[in-house]
Parts: sequence; structure tokens; C-alpha cells
Amino acid sequence: MQEITLLVNNRPYSGTVEARTTLADFLRHSLGLKGTHLGCEHGVCGACTVLVDGASVRGCLMLAVQAEGAIVETVEGLAADDGTLHRLQEAFSKEHGLQCGFCTPGMLMTLIELLRENPSPTETEVREAISGNLCRCTGYQSIVRAVLSVTGRPVGAAGDL
Amino acid sequence: MAGTDAMTSGRTHAPSVGQRITRIEDGPLLTGHGEFLDDIVLPDLLHCAFVRSPLAHARVDAIDVEAARALPGVHAVLTLDDLMPQLRSGRMPLGASPVGGQNKSTPFVLSDKEVAYVGEPMVLVVAESRYIAEDAAALVNIAFSSLPVVSDARKALADGAPVCRTELDSNRMSNFHVGYGDVDEAFANAAHVFEDELWQHRGCGHSMEGRGVVAEVRPGGELCVWSSTQMPHDVYYMLAGMLRVEQEKLRVVTPDVGGGFGPKYCFYPEEAALPAAALLLRRNLKWVEDRRETFISSIQERDQYWSMQVAVDSEGLLLGLRGRMIHDQGAYAPKPVNLPYNAVTAVTGPYILPAYRMDVDVVHTNKVPVSSVRGAGYPQAAFTMERMLDLVAVRLGIDRAEIRRRNLIPADKMPYTKKLQARSGASLVYDSGDYPAAQAQVLAAAGWSDFAERQKKALDQGRYIGIGLANAVKGTGRGPFESGAVRISQDGKVSIFTGATAMGQGIATALAQICADELAIGPDSISVTAGDTARTEIGLGGFASRQMVTAGSSVKLAAKAVAAKAIKAASKILSVPEGDLELDDGYVREKTGNQSISLGELARVLRGAPGYAFPDGLEPGLEATIRWRTDALSYANACHVAEVEVDPDLGQVTITRYVALNDSGRMINPMIVEGQVQGGIVHGIGNALYEFMGYDDEAQPLTTTFQEYLMVTATEVPNLETIYRETLAPGNPIGAKGVGETGTIPAAAAIISAVENALSPFGLRISQTPVSPEILFKLIKSARDAARQNPDSQS
Repeated sequence: MQEITLLVNNRPYSGTVEARTTLADFLRHSLGLKGTHLGCEHGVCGACTVLVDGASVRGCLMLAVQAEGAIVETVEGLAADDGTLHRLQEAFSKEHGLQCGFCTPGMLMTLIELLRENPSPTETEVREAISGNLCRCTGYQSIVRAVLSVTGRPVGAAGDL
Repeated sequence: MAGTDAMTSGRTHAPSVGQRITRIEDGPLLTGHGEFLDDIVLPDLLHCAFVRSPLAHARVDAIDVEAARALPGVHAVLTLDDLMPQLRSGRMPLGASPVGGQNKSTPFVLSDKEVAYVGEPMVLVVAESRYIAEDAAALVNIAFSSLPVVSDARKALADGAPVCRTELDSNRMSNFHVGYGDVDEAFANAAHVFEDELWQHRGCGHSMEGRGVVAEVRPGGELCVWSSTQMPHDVYYMLAGMLRVEQEKLRVVTPDVGGGFGPKYCFYPEEAALPAAALLLRRNLKWVEDRRETFISSIQERDQYWSMQVAVDSEGLLLGLRGRMIHDQGAYAPKPVNLPYNAVTAVTGPYILPAYRMDVDVVHTNKVPVSSVRGAGYPQAAFTMERMLDLVAVRLGIDRAEIRRRNLIPADKMPYTKKLQARSGASLVYDSGDYPAAQAQVLAAAGWSDFAERQKKALDQGRYIGIGLANAVKGTGRGPFESGAVRISQDGKVSIFTGATAMGQGIATALAQICADELAIGPDSISVTAGDTARTEIGLGGFASRQMVTAGSSVKLAAKAVAAKAIKAASKILSVPEGDLELDDGYVREKTGNQSISLGELARVLRGAPGYAFPDGLEPGLEATIRWRTDALSYANACHVAEVEVDPDLGQVTITRYVALNDSGRMINPMIVEGQVQGGIVHGIGNALYEFMGYDDEAQPLTTTFQEYLMVTATEVPNLETIYRETLAPGNPIGAKGVGETGTIPAAAAIISAVENALSPFGLRISQTPVSPEILFKLIKSARDAARQNPDSQS
């Protein structure tokens, strides 16, 4: 068993984990942060995407021990403490960017990273950013629309797909 | 309280049906506070893993679990023998049937004598964590003797072919015919007859959340089972028949379900094994399917082979259609086999076809069992019909849209009775729809008429662009009923209880909208409990695009009954004539005076209290349960036009434009309808170009990760342009038709039509789905080679 300490959504956590425990399982089962979902456990579907030191990672492909000392952000940290939704969460609801909601946390975290790096992405850039996140329900269009709605860029604008 | 809406509508809340309101489901799902199956935590919960067959067909000689049992942290390693004291049968019942009995095609709870596909569950391991359970599963040592494998449904019927399970006399599970009219005469008198061999493959369902089961042993011999299923009541009925536990002590609940798409329609061995093990061990157990298990144990909708002939007159009018279809059923049939029947009865689609005959063989193979994936045989039907119509059009030199127009059922023939029966024996009656107008509308939107010119220009630049179209109809709203109960609690809160299953479609929001309008409240204050057998006594669940029609109608009638009762009770309590009262924002008010009473107060009166007056002539309770009955289907229709560009040197297809018209009757929430249509189309794009569940000749699966099995991602789809018609369904109280599958059904046919059209300079024919770049490259190469050898044969 290994001792680890990390900051998750601005709160310090410490605990002991087996070396083989994935970061996603640690978040879900040890910390009770069950918003991070596991869709394939082989790094393709992106449902378990969280941010580690600001960069998106697959929670299923990273071991918890590798996150020692890291700053981790998960979907639970997006809304304000008073429950006010992040504008991207708000936009997902308004534009119907989610149906079953299983891929949604991974989508959101991937897009948070995108918007931090590129506050005004084109439609093509949004589609490329989420090309590593599978969604069976929506067909992606409503997700793309949600992102563009928070950046003020219309769907299908010049220079896009 | 009264807002500005009251000025115009007389009510605080404007009608909600027909509005794009945001979903009541969204809040928890967006913040990571949904409760999916793997999120359920119970005291002392143990975790399970299954040992699955590594071979497609083998005799089981010995199962040695000693090393696995000895691993620290392991609580039990169970074979079928261990579970039998808790089970009435070691064999699964026929799910989704009133019989529920076992037959020679139903699977086993755990297989311990013979295995018939890679992935078949054999041993259940229970441990302190899933990690340890999987460690122990790897230590289970099973001795097998390989048996001959049936990997190809077409070869499975040959004389001397091995059988895929030794208990069977033949791999042919069933053979049936459907048809009507004098087909032979139609062909004898036809101006033209064309034929084709079609291969269709649809792959897996792949909801992003896999299956999963939690079984909780409760005091008093009670058992609560959570399952990520589309069919909680079926799981309940089947489990009650399987386990040695009284039905009234059993409860089945669906938590948040991370997508259904068909595979969660079946009652699975894991759903029987886990509760049996929980009863045996008196412990709470959880099993969550991982993605590899999805690939090798969740049902798939795999191969169908269609040999077809079409007869037409000189104008391209359909005279007859006939053929044979071989359906790969896989190793078992967990529920009545409806896919091939759906497929061959849906072939005639929106068209008038005077004579028809299909012979169908349902064939077992040593592969994962087959059942419905979104569309359930209708996409194959549409592909067959639309491809045959394209064949006629191309051969006769008639525009592909024109040949469809000539054969579509005209609007003035509605309702139109097909000379075919549903599985229930009822006639197929198309209730409403205007197919020619729908097609004309989408063609105009898609620029069909000037495409030939654009195509010519592109070809001059060396670019191969193509356009294709496909029509579809889908029988939706399958009965016999779905439960809908509306209850007002003592604080005035409105709750809906239904046997419909929420699996991501937004059914809670749509039902709340219907209920809200009847009660003159806002939909977001309504709570919806779907899929809990302790809250809804009988119900069916989610399949066949049925829940909006069936549960929606029941909820509408239940809410209407509650509204009437509230008015009646208020009339007695306030001494105001019923006609002078109206519901508004949680109150019954005088229309002109100022008396009012809240729904909460009415509920408190109607729930009764000892020694207090009870209104005369009213039944207790401010609630109503309706199970609106239907045997008829409401037929939704769709027409899709796809535009593609193909790189003939790479076999690469790019979808450049997609215009889809959908008519699902009244749209309760147009935003949700659009989401269903778009998601459905993208599923169909996957079926057309990407999704393939491969097996080798020994029936070993070849595609067991998302790296090998390709799902559509955001970069493969253009912005889909969707158009809606609302032909109200005459047969139900809300006028709606289902929409969950209509997007998927014509999509592959439209795309393949477009790809073939793009490659028309090569004169090739595409008779299969999916079409990967490799397959397309080969088709183009052989067309080029043929043209080189025989330069005059090119069209």
C-alpha cells in the first residue's frame, strides 16, 4: 500500500492505495467522487477524463500513485459551492448536450481544458477536442453547439467544417 | 404569484407540451451527482467477476476453483452447482414472454458442461474488491475439450455441418415464411426483374455505461436488485420465477441508466446469478460489466444475408419482391426471436408492394446471442428495400427519388393496411403520415434536383461526390400498455410513477410536461419515478420506441383524472360550482371570485384523518393510475438525404451534408426529439461505415476494444440538418409517435446510396453494410480491373 496526498477540487485528500489502483477507481471508490465514470477502461472512450495539473488525462490509464502531490480537477468541482452551474454545464443543459449523462463528466472536463487554452475555439477545434470522447446518445452536435454558445461563435461559422 | 402569462392565458404557466424546455434530469448528471449502477454503495458490499469461456465451443471436463478460493480477499468462487439450491432452474427463462419457461435456446445461468460462445459466463467470483475478484478469476482452472465450431450462419445449414451445441439436432432454430399475393405471377408478368445478394451487419449497442447488477439481501427474506436494464419489470418477473424467493419479497429498481440502445432489453445470466449468489452468501453483491465483457457477452445485432429479387413494370412500379434471408442468431436466444420477423415484415416500408414472399432461416452459431439494437431489424429492412429500389432506378435510368415517389403510399390511402401481420397476429395498419410530401420536402431542402450538375462539375475536377436518399417507417408505441400514475402528496408536490424506463432519452421531462399541462403547473416541480417495481406494480419498460406513446398517454389520462378530482373536491369544500373553478399553479381557484384551495390541502383532506369530514362521493386519495391499453402501433416516418465525397484511391468516405426529415407526430419536447433524431442518425452512420463486430473462423472475437471496433466520433459527422413534420397519431390521446429509432433506420441506406452514387463512374454496386475503406477500395479496384479487361461494359 502507498500513501498519497493530493488536491482534488481544491480540497486536500490523503489516503493509502494499492499501487495498481487507477486514479479513476481511487476518485470513485476511495474519495467517493463518483462523477468520474468508467466507460471502457482502455483509454478510448474518454468518460473518465479528469484534469491533472491542468491537463486532461484518462483516469483509467493513470495510477493513483502517479497523482501524488498533483492538483486534480473533476466534474464535482465545476459548479460553484452554492450550486451555481458553470456556464458550460448551463450550456449543456440549454442545448441538450447530454442525454444519459454517462459521458458528460468526461466531455465537460475535456472541454474545460480546451476553453482554458482557447477561449474562442472554432467548431472544427471543438470537434477535434472531443474526438477522444465517445457519446452514443447525442451525435455530438448538441455538445458542439453548447460549447460554441458559451464562446459566442455560431455553429457552422465561416472557417469551420 | 400570477405572472404576465396569466394576463394572456389565464394561467400562471403557459402550456409546456411542444416547448423546448430544458430537462429535469440534467442537474445531477451535469454535476457528477447522478446515481448510476456502479455508484450504488451498500454496507459490506462485495464485488464480483465472471470467469468466461475462452473458447467458442467446447466440452467442460473439469472446473478447478481451489486456487481461486484460496486467494486472500476472496469470499466465494461459485459454479452452477453452488447456485442451484437458490434456483428453480439452471437454465435461463425465455425473457420478455408470458411463459418464461426454459427451452433449448435459452442460455444457462452459468455453464458448466458445454460452452457455446467466447464470453459465456461459467464461474462467479466474489471478493472484497473487483481487483481481487479478477485476480481470482484468472486462477480458476478449467479443462476443456474443443468441439467443432459453427462460425458462419450460411454454412451452418449444410448437410454434415457440426452443431453449435451438442443438445441440438440442427443449427436451424426456426424457419418461417411471410408474404402475400401471387409472387410467381408478379415475376412472370414483370417487364424487369433484378436481383442482388445483400449482407448486413449492425454490431453492438454500446451504451457508454455497460450492464451491471447490485443485489441487496434485506431483513425479512427480502431481496432488492438494481440492474442497469431497460426492463426492470421483466427482470422482476423472470427473477421471481427463477429464485426460491416469494415475488412479494423481491424488488427490482433501475438507477440512472447510462444508455440502453437494445442490449439492456434482455434478461441476462448475470442478472440471475448475482441475486442467487447474494441469497446463498447472505451478502450484498455488485457486478459491473467492463467493456470487454460488453463485446463478448451483451447481445449484438450481427449478420443477416438477404438474397433478393424484385419485379417491376416498365415504369418502375413494384410488382413483386421475393427472397430468402439467413439470420445469425448466435449461440442462444434469450427472448423470443423478433429481429428477423421485424426485418422481413418491415421491408415493404412506406411503399405499395402488390406481392411479397420471404423465406427466413434463423440459425444458431457459436457467437454472442443476437437480439435488438436500436432499430431492431428495421434498418436491415430499410437497407434491403432502398437498395433494391436504387438497383431498379439505376438499371432503368430513372431518378432514384422519382422511382420512390411512384411507389410510395399516397397520403389519401391512409390509414393503409399492409397485408402482413405483426407477431401478435394483428394487422399492420399504418395510421397516418404523408410520405410523398415528406420526401418532396426533404429533397427540396437538400437540393436534390441540382445535384447532378454539381456532381458533374466536381467530377470534372476529379472529385467523386454522391447523393443518396432513403425512406423509412417505424411502428412505434408497442403495447399492450405502460403504467402511468400521478399522485399529489400532502405538501402539494406532484409525482409521476411509471413502468417506463428512463435510460437517457428524457422520458421524465416529457412525462412531466404532459402532466404539468393537465394540472396547470410547471413541469420542473414534478418528480418522476421510473422503473421501480415497488412503486409501479406492473409495467413493461423501454423498447420499440414505445414509451412516449404508451406511458405518455397513461400519464395524460391519469393527470386529467387527478385534475378532475381536485376540481370536484374543491367544489365541495369551497361550495363553488365545478364549472366556476380552474386549476392554476398548485391551486384550485375560482375563475372570477377570490376563493382558492391548494392541491396540498386537497391531498390532505382526501388522504383522510380520523374524526374529520370527508367530501361526499369522492374516493380517498388525490391520485390516479392509468394503464392505457393499445394493440395498434403508431407509425413514424423519416426520409434522409446524405451527400458524400469519396476518395477512390483510399476508399475514404466523408459525409459532407446530411438532411433528415422526421415525422413522429406531436412533439412533446422538440429539443428532445431533435436529440433522438441526431443521435439515431449518428448510430446509423456507424452502421454504414464503421461498426463491425468481427470473428475469425473459430468464432474468436476480433474486435473487443474501441480501438478495433470503431464508434463514430465528433469529427466524422457534419452538422445534421433536421426537418420535422407533425402528423398527429390518431390512435392515442397525445397524438405522438415514437422517435428513438427513426433516426437510425434509413441512415445506412441513405449513406450507401450516396457512396454508390459518388462512385457511379466505376459502375459498381454496393450490397453491404458496413463499408470500410478497405472494402470500398477493393470494390473500386475490382471495378477498375473489370473495366480495364472489358472496356465496353462500363455504363
